[in-house]
Amino acid sequence: MTVSGRLTAAAASLAVLLLAVTGCSASGSPSGTATPTSAATGGATGTITVFAAASLTSTFTELGKQFEKANPGSSVTFSFAGSSDLVSQLSAGAPADVFASADEATMQKAVAAGVTAGDPVDVATNVLAIAVPTGNPAHIESFADLAKPGVATVVCAPQVPCGAATAKVEASTGTTLTPVSQESSVTDVLGKVISGEADAGIVYATDVRGAGDKVDSVPFPEAKDVVNTYPIVAVGQGANAAGGKAFIAFVTGPTGQKVLRAAGFGAP
Amino acid sequence: MSLRLTASLAGRGVSVDLALASGETLALLGPNGAGKSTVLGMLAGLVRPDEGAAALDGTTLFDLPSTWLAPHRRGVALLAQEALLFPHLTAHGNVAFAARATGLARAAARERADDWLSRTGAEAVAERRPAELSGGQAQRVAIARALAAEPRLTLLDEPLASLDVGVAAELRLTLAEVLADRTAVLVTHDVLDAYLLADRVAVLQEGTVVEQGPTREVLARPRHPFTAEIAGLSLLTGRRTALGIRTDDGLELAGTESEPIGAGMPVTAVIRPSSVGLHPAGSDGIPARVTALEPRDDLVRVRTDRLTALLPAAVVAELRLAPGSPVSLRVAPEDVAIAPD
Amino acid sequence: MTTSARSSASRRPATSRPATTGVPAWLLVIAAVGALFVLLPVAAMVLQVDWAQFPALISSPSSVDALLLSLRTSLTATAACLVLGIPMAMVLARVPFRGRGLVRAIVLLPLVLPPVVGGLALLALYGRRGLLDGALPVAFSTPAVVIAQTFVALPFLVLSLEGALRTAGDRYEAVAATLGAGPSTVLFRVTLPLVVPAIVSGAVLSFARALGEFGATLTFAGSLQGVTRTLPLEIYLQRETDPDAAVALSLVLIAVAIAVVAVAHGAGEPLRRRTA
Repeated sequence: MTVSGRLTAAAASLAVLLLAVTGCSASGSPSGTATPTSAATGGATGTITVFAAASLTSTFTELGKQFEKANPGSSVTFSFAGSSDLVSQLSAGAPADVFASADEATMQKAVAAGVTAGDPVDVATNVLAIAVPTGNPAHIESFADLAKPGVATVVCAPQVPCGAATAKVEASTGTTLTPVSQESSVTDVLGKVISGEADAGIVYATDVRGAGDKVDSVPFPEAKDVVNTYPIVAVGQGANAAGGKAFIAFVTGPTGQKVLRAAGFGAP
Repeated sequence: MSLRLTASLAGRGVSVDLALASGETLALLGPNGAGKSTVLGMLAGLVRPDEGAAALDGTTLFDLPSTWLAPHRRGVALLAQEALLFPHLTAHGNVAFAARATGLARAAARERADDWLSRTGAEAVAERRPAELSGGQAQRVAIARALAAEPRLTLLDEPLASLDVGVAAELRLTLAEVLADRTAVLVTHDVLDAYLLADRVAVLQEGTVVEQGPTREVLARPRHPFTAEIAGLSLLTGRRTALGIRTDDGLELAGTESEPIGAGMPVTAVIRPSSVGLHPAGSDGIPARVTALEPRDDLVRVRTDRLTALLPAAVVAELRLAPGSPVSLRVAPEDVAIAPD
Repeated sequence: MTTSARSSASRRPATSRPATTGVPAWLLVIAAVGALFVLLPVAAMVLQVDWAQFPALISSPSSVDALLLSLRTSLTATAACLVLGIPMAMVLARVPFRGRGLVRAIVLLPLVLPPVVGGLALLALYGRRGLLDGALPVAFSTPAVVIAQTFVALPFLVLSLEGALRTAGDRYEAVAATLGAGPSTVLFRVTLPLVVPAIVSGAVLSFARALGEFGATLTFAGSLQGVTRTLPLEIYLQRETDPDAAVALSLVLIAVAIAVVAVAHGAGEPLRRRTA
């Protein structure tokens, strides 16, 4: 065979090999044991995989610990990311038992993609808040102040849930903001407020609570007009459907709600 | 335009004192590592001596530690063994470089480049790039480039060394023409270069000048073994006897002197190899032992522990000479030139 | 050596292709794997694009703004890299000074820093609460984007050029000096022309890096359509709502990058031959 002929043959065989290897891993093989829950204490066992929106990170992590205490033998693993990222992963076949989204629109996408098992239920609500750097250097006192010329306001881009909510508040109050930046994630907005680059940023009330004394907040009564609902749903692609359902019940139950409320979430 | 250089550089073991009159060419001879390139570097401003001074035409090139003129202000052009033509310019662009670099208008620079290219016989390759030139052509362009800079002092570092013999011969004649009235220092190993191009020679050994003077004098009557070596002559040292010379190791030779020298005075004797007769051992003459044979075309340089002889190859073969062979040497008194040491 | 000596020697047949490549066969196989490793994901993305929708997806105002902003800022950043990087490379290659190794390591730091860390560093200097106390009003502005891109792209030019300058040596510069050319003349007429291929390839690398810059821009400059939202940031945002648009814009970015590299490489080839 000529040199170029050998090269072509080698390349072809390797390409086939590569595709075969990458093709194999797509389908997940169920491995965990799904033991039925026992009636006495929470009897869920095994590993439960939860996909949750980034804004639920600290609360759900705490809920996970409490769930594991109440259900010995169980272990909750989380994957926190932007809600639409999570839907993309689930559509590609990622294994998960539970999915909690940051807004209803994204949950609808999950339902449309056919990854959900059962109907979504609302687990919490969130409202917007105005965060300012400590000391409030630009002397912001109301939502209207954010539109004043010279004020560096940072918000979420309309394509993400908190940005959509911000747009709704703008509409309902009749105030149009001219932000200096429209970030892709609420974490970036908060970051710019904490670092002092922004005079003010529109984030969730839970973000303000979570940032503690790194930011100050300004009263924002108009916020309650725009409520962001967080739905949660079981996902059938994971190994522990029963465990997933147990987790959802826990989170929507009294213990879970107490933790959520303490973090600043509203009732579903 | 006269040149005066007195400088030393301990790091390379060089310490020299040279003088050159306006329009003269000095050949700097010496073994490898003697410091010849270092001397050129000092004059060009590329090598910094520890101490010393140099003046060209009344302009101080350097006077350490206070004065040091940068290379581009000296008016000293350096031509090396390698042509080092700028690869991104044509031959013409190279030759015009100095003129353009010093601000001359494009048209005037072009004229000057054309002129020098024709004077060095390189006008045919003017539009070619250095990569397309042969060794000889590149050296011609390099000479043209150096001289088109209208330097006050031209330095040449073995410019013909990397060329074929035939090409070198042609280029040597070109150099003779263009260096005729220029102040120049030429480093070379080749005696022919010295004879043809240089008015004066200076012999450098281990960093110091051991002999200098007008070309013919120095090369015909060398005082130093290396000079004799370069000039292709045998040199003996000793004392004046009635007949000629008694060398330091006891050899007695009859010779002729050009000027009266008192008996017992230290003298040198210079003998041309071609005038030495070599005969089988035992016959009349100076007993000697062959130390080396150096063939050159149809002649062989036969080195012995006494004198060097030049013989046809056929004779060498007939006598079955080899290093260690005993021989007998004869030389006529009129071929032994005795001079004061 | 006469020219007639060789005419009687046997002449080699005038084949244009050598019998072997001089490279072992198993090496070719590994190289092919490497090439596929890079090409297959790109090919997969090309196949994923909804070509019917493609024109509409990439011609939305936000996409066009993002592309034009990316091109403007990347070109400006590349120019800044040339202006700053050429002197830096010259000094690192030709001027011996104590601590040169350390300075080189620091200059190349943006190569190994995660871009977000680069953005944080820029904030630490230029930010309102940074070292300059916000004296330079660059926050949330297009100049901030250029600063971020220049910061991450500069080492590419410096690295590429310093290597070439070292290899070229300074013999030609010495000759030029003896011909009467002062230091600045030597720089522009001898040194730089001799390393043009390295300058071009370094500039191309810098441009590509600036074009793809994301983390430092996001952290330092923010994201606002037409002002600071470059194409990578636009793609990142589009992923939230319109993954098809994100894929389409990604292909635009890839196409621009390939075009720039191909053009620069093509322009560099005659230059390389000239200075060979």
